[in-house]
Amino acid sequence: MIVEVGHYALVLALTLALVQSVVPIWGTRVGDPRLMAVAGPVAWGQFLFVSIAFAALTWAHVVSDFSVANVFENSHSQKPMIYKISGVWGNHEGSMLLWVSILSLFGAMVAWFGRNLPKSLYAAVLGVQAWVATAFYLFVLLTSNPFARLLRAPMEGRDLNPILQDPGLAIHPPLLYLGYVGFSIAFSFAVAALIEGRIDAAWARWVRPWTLAAWVFLTLGIAMGSYWAYYELGWGGWWFWDPVENASLMPWLAGTALLHSAIVMEKRDALKVWTILLAILTFSLSLLGTFLVRSGVLTSVHAFATDPARGVFILGILVVFVGGSLTIFAARAGTLTKGGLFAPISREGALVFNNLFLTAACAAVFIGTLYPLLLEATTGGKISVGAPFFEMTFGPLMLPLLLAVPIGPFLAWKRGDLLAVAQRLAVVFVLAIAAILVTWWKTRGGPVLAPLGVGLAMWLTLGALAELAFRIKLFSEPGVALRRAVGLPRSSWGTTLGHLGLGLLLFGVVAESAWKTEHVLVMKPGDTLQVARFELTLADQRDVAGPNYDATVARFVVKENGREVAVLEPAKRTYRTRRMPTTETAIATFDGFSQLYLAMGEPQGGGVAMRVYWKPMVLLIWIGCLVMSLGGAISLTDRRLRIGAPTRARATAAVAAPAE
Amino acid sequence: MSVTPLRRLALAAALLAPFAGADVARAVQPDEMLADPKLEARARAISGELRCLVCQNQSIDDSDAPLAKDLRILVRERIEAGDDDKAVKDWLVARYGEFVLLRPRFEAQTLILWLAPFAVLALGGVAAWRTLRRRGAGRSVEAPLTAEEKARLAALLGEEPSEKA
Repeated sequence: MIVEVGHYALVLALTLALVQSVVPIWGTRVGDPRLMAVAGPVAWGQFLFVSIAFAALTWAHVVSDFSVANVFENSHSQKPMIYKISGVWGNHEGSMLLWVSILSLFGAMVAWFGRNLPKSLYAAVLGVQAWVATAFYLFVLLTSNPFARLLRAPMEGRDLNPILQDPGLAIHPPLLYLGYVGFSIAFSFAVAALIEGRIDAAWARWVRPWTLAAWVFLTLGIAMGSYWAYYELGWGGWWFWDPVENASLMPWLAGTALLHSAIVMEKRDALKVWTILLAILTFSLSLLGTFLVRSGVLTSVHAFATDPARGVFILGILVVFVGGSLTIFAARAGTLTKGGLFAPISREGALVFNNLFLTAACAAVFIGTLYPLLLEATTGGKISVGAPFFEMTFGPLMLPLLLAVPIGPFLAWKRGDLLAVAQRLAVVFVLAIAAILVTWWKTRGGPVLAPLGVGLAMWLTLGALAELAFRIKLFSEPGVALRRAVGLPRSSWGTTLGHLGLGLLLFGVVAESAWKTEHVLVMKPGDTLQVARFELTLADQRDVAGPNYDATVARFVVKENGREVAVLEPAKRTYRTRRMPTTETAIATFDGFSQLYLAMGEPQGGGVAMRVYWKPMVLLIWIGCLVMSLGGAISLTDRRLRIGAPTRARATAAVAAPAE
Repeated sequence: MSVTPLRRLALAAALLAPFAGADVARAVQPDEMLADPKLEARARAISGELRCLVCQNQSIDDSDAPLAKDLRILVRERIEAGDDDKAVKDWLVARYGEFVLLRPRFEAQTLILWLAPFAVLALGGVAAWRTLRRRGAGRSVEAPLTAEEKARLAALLGEEPSEKA
């Protein structure tokens, strides 16, 4: 019964989405505020009904109701409770339900925080949002119904894919979807602005917090997924240029560009047309990612052709929304081209540079991901595009951008002075060169490019800190620096932390790829292996029974200078229901950021095959992402962006109004 | 048949996730490796650029599929026979087609692939440059906000109307 209630609630949500698609927009056409006002409550209603649907499916998973096909196929009565809950979205139907749940959540949030928007923009934004929602409700209900029942309920389920039985599943997809779907708001604002035919700096101010929030979630989601892959897959990689990964990287790159161009639009009323286009493209890339992963087209064009129902549906959604929005854009963009003037060397110019290279890098990922599909579909030629391609195209395209990052924030708006910036960054430059020389000296014979990478990472991190130091006049007026730091606009802190995090990320990437060591060998109990400065001894091996799996666990004693510093227990599990083996890596962190990483393979030659890695500074990769996200989150609390609380902001405006 | 592709598929189907699906740390086995560390390093480098044909976007260096193992051994045999890196790859392409290369060769059918990213950069650069120059030439006319709109905007944003940019 509860499951049917969930199904019915989803149908009701669709009905409300249809109302929200038509009535408010009609209101903006005829100028009737009552029709426009329908948007808000209906958006709340959608959220309510989708939540009921989501709760119903969760309930079915929690109580292991195997009469529901989705539960039967993806759950098991012996599965731990956390995986029963996270298993709700660990499958196609459930994850699409999560998708629409988050979409309706964002809709409700716009309805709440956007109460102060001009009435017609409010109605148009929620109307466009409802178009997206309608398409995806139909997709779920018509092709991916999570509430379908089995005629005869089986006694036991087929269990969840063992790789997904990990805390990572509880966090990673929701974060990623908050990012993906969050960009739909920027999209709705862009299309609404085009429909309204009006766009100004205030528009950018309204859009920026939504974009920022989506970007923060997407950054966290990608980082989380990367770390999950790192510890779960067992060969120590953290980025594989897999199409599924690329599907999330593309909206991230476009979204990062959008964040920056929206700044120009907000501050200087320039780059309007481009910002609108980027907002459309960013969400289009999110939709493309959904299509790539959900249609099965990635496996091969043929797999797609044999069961095309879902793929064709999403392709339809993709074509309608991308095509439709670009058509409106083409028709209306001409009316928008106006904006502030600026010289090429200026903050605006730097942000254009940022957008140019981010877009080109995004294009590299785009073409690399889609080209094999296009080629096979058109000529039948089969080629592979893998990591080496992306390293050769994405890498060179990011390099100029990374070099320019510290310079941008120092440039003045309208017309900047490159010489003055050079003077301010001279110390940072010298330190970066020194870092290159020291690294080169210390690692002679190692990878040639690594010292340059370290220098670039230093340039980024110190450059970000230098900008902060100059803003608060740390060196010229140290007495009041702290007070200035506190009074600094939160968005400045966002810039500093965002760029600092990028530097840390790069530092981790360079150190990990240049100086990691790998040992692949067969070990027997009592065997010892020297890795970096550690001595690893395989103490013993034993069999352990888990709740729904059996495992073989090896125990390694790690010694440094004869002193025991860690015990590591890598394991291999075999899940009873699916008879599938998984690797449980064992990881120990040293010196704050470096990791010793052990993965267990098959028994071989009287021992067991082991992979042992020493990964210097590897944690900085994810810490860098966390710092970037933190920057975004702090920037989100900037007073300027708190449009939902105008009264409170007005009250404090006199006290804290730091001129920028 | 290997279960790896199925597993990868299962994962991809389950998640819209930056996550590459295979799971078991098998890949290169100790008993496959060449004794000479220099040759082995070359074999590893080449393996990283060859696709496991039955997997989804995995190199033979990473894959645990039996076919990948066979290819790894083949690569090592060719290296021991004295082939240089290019000869090893050519030999594999002759047998398995371009599909085996994770870095497609620069040729007619991959021209667009290799050039597109840089074409986007060049076109974008030209467009940005032209826009900047045109802007510099003549001030475009902009409809300023009316006083009423400015007041409403200020009320909405809760701050003074003329914040310095």
